[in-house]
Amino acid sequence: MADLTDGRGAVKRRIGTRLWLAGGWLTLLLLAAVFAPLVAPQDPLAQDLFLTRLPPFWEKGAEAGYWLGTDSLGRDVLSRVIYGARLALVVALVAGSITCIIGSALGLMAGFLRGWVDLVISRLIDIWMAFPPVLFSILLIAVIGPGLHSIILAIVIIDWTRFARVVRAEAMAQGAMDYVASAQVAGRGRIGTMLREILPNVLPTIVVLLTLEMGIAVIVEAILSFVNLSISTDDPTWGGMIAEGRASVYQAWWVLVFPLITLFLTVLAFSQLGEGLKDRFDPVLR
Amino acid sequence: MFWQKLIARIGTTAVTLIGVAVIVFVVIRVVPGNPVAMMLPPGATEADVARLTALYGLDKSIPAQFLIWVQGVLHGDFGTSITTRQPVLDLVLGRLPATLELSIMALVMAVAIGGTAALTGTRLRGTKAEGAIDVANGMALSVPDFLWGLALILLFGVLMPVFHISGRVTPSLELPFTTGFYLFESLFRLRFDLWADIVSHMLMPALALAIPLAAIIGQLLKQSLKETMHLDYVTLSRTKGYGENHVITREALPNAILPTLTLVGVQFTFLIGGTVIVERLFSYEGLGNMAIDAVINRDLPLIQGIVILFAVIFTAVNLVVDLLYTVLNPRLRHG
Repeated sequence: MADLTDGRGAVKRRIGTRLWLAGGWLTLLLLAAVFAPLVAPQDPLAQDLFLTRLPPFWEKGAEAGYWLGTDSLGRDVLSRVIYGARLALVVALVAGSITCIIGSALGLMAGFLRGWVDLVISRLIDIWMAFPPVLFSILLIAVIGPGLHSIILAIVIIDWTRFARVVRAEAMAQGAMDYVASAQVAGRGRIGTMLREILPNVLPTIVVLLTLEMGIAVIVEAILSFVNLSISTDDPTWGGMIAEGRASVYQAWWVLVFPLITLFLTVLAFSQLGEGLKDRFDPVLR
Repeated sequence: MFWQKLIARIGTTAVTLIGVAVIVFVVIRVVPGNPVAMMLPPGATEADVARLTALYGLDKSIPAQFLIWVQGVLHGDFGTSITTRQPVLDLVLGRLPATLELSIMALVMAVAIGGTAALTGTRLRGTKAEGAIDVANGMALSVPDFLWGLALILLFGVLMPVFHISGRVTPSLELPFTTGFYLFESLFRLRFDLWADIVSHMLMPALALAIPLAAIIGQLLKQSLKETMHLDYVTLSRTKGYGENHVITREALPNAILPTLTLVGVQFTFLIGGTVIVERLFSYEGLGNMAIDAVINRDLPLIQGIVILFAVIFTAVNLVVDLLYTVLNPRLRHG
């Protein structure tokens, strides 16, 4: 038995550090995004053709004030990464939440009400699963035009199935349990049971999915910027910077490296947050 | 029982494909701007535009256009690309082999890497190495193929330029191929020089696609192995005096592999979907890269053809996996 408790303690400790690291990075990012004008050393849009492709500070030829170097138009990489966090976080929070609400609602209805509601929603999920998601999102942006609203709309349209699929399965499993039957015997209606009994029990799953979805939303935005279909080309976005960095990777690797590392850490942080929360909700570990 | 199931599955697959066709058809016809006007020279008259619009059938109502398109498809005619003016079917089938080769190579790599990780993790369970494998798995799982592709470009294309990071084959090479399956045909023709060049181009994009799937396989297979290792028959084979390696690969693995197999099927469709952006990243001349160009050029018939083809591939993979599962799982076969 001692063996088991030790193992549990180790897992718990690891979850703790993971949650702290992930939360710390996301808080830092949020602060940088909110106070971007105060934190950014340069104007992210200012071009200076005398200061193009400056290397980061530790390399020879670096210029003070341009810590992470400049791109081919002489714009400061660090300032653009900081301002890029604004768009990334707005997309993550807004698109993630709307997708979560719509997808979970549909999944809950399909899983608990069953019947023709389930039939229609399940068929829709099947159809959605047959689309390549990246191509679908590029297609949607081409149709509704670029811009922040379009990106959010595209993410909601494509990713609702992620929530609907999982929540439907969970709601079905919960619906078969005794407490649901006793709630109905006690006089709760179908909708009442769904919202008061089933929903609280699938909520932990929904929260975990939501954090994962936020990471996915950041990636989708980056991919759309990369294909040059996101916001206007001037606004600093991580994906836009990556596209530019990919094109000039042999001349100025830093234009690609820094937004890429930021994106890496952000996606990792969102998923570790999700994993950490999942373990927190796990009754065995609690 | 088996046949009933098969027919029912084919029925739902057909419904799914029709649904996909309808949605794509409607969505791309909401695109603002007349795609035909863009392909004419600046001096074209209104009458020219109208004539060309009628030629592509774009002057009719959307339901009428859909019926014409479906009729064509049933005769193997997917329309004509607006930008290249070649039949869509020829264009799409010309690019399909490149994408299939890339996806299959990625799948093989994912199974190899993920399988090795799971077996090594099980063999070394309880040690620091197991923890390291778990952490690596977790990281590989949370970062998508797009970012892995960029990281690989930086590492093996720029910092240590050992692999090609652009295109499918070195452009100056003369290709004797009659099919689009360069990777297989170069082997078949014993042209190992060409084969090496093609592999060097494919390795990085394939690895980018493989890493997330490898992590999923690694995690799930290790989990199932862990459960199987506690079963009585495994303990029995150990008391018979078999070594740990034999016990894991010969006794535990065959029983632990089924859940992983089903999952790989579903995840394989996600991998194929990932080729769209990864091909773009590595300028690999496959279907996905052509699809993005088609969207940018507003080539409606071509977009339609590519999306339908992807949907056919996805549903076919799912169908095969379902049937395989029924065949491989003795409980389902007899029940």
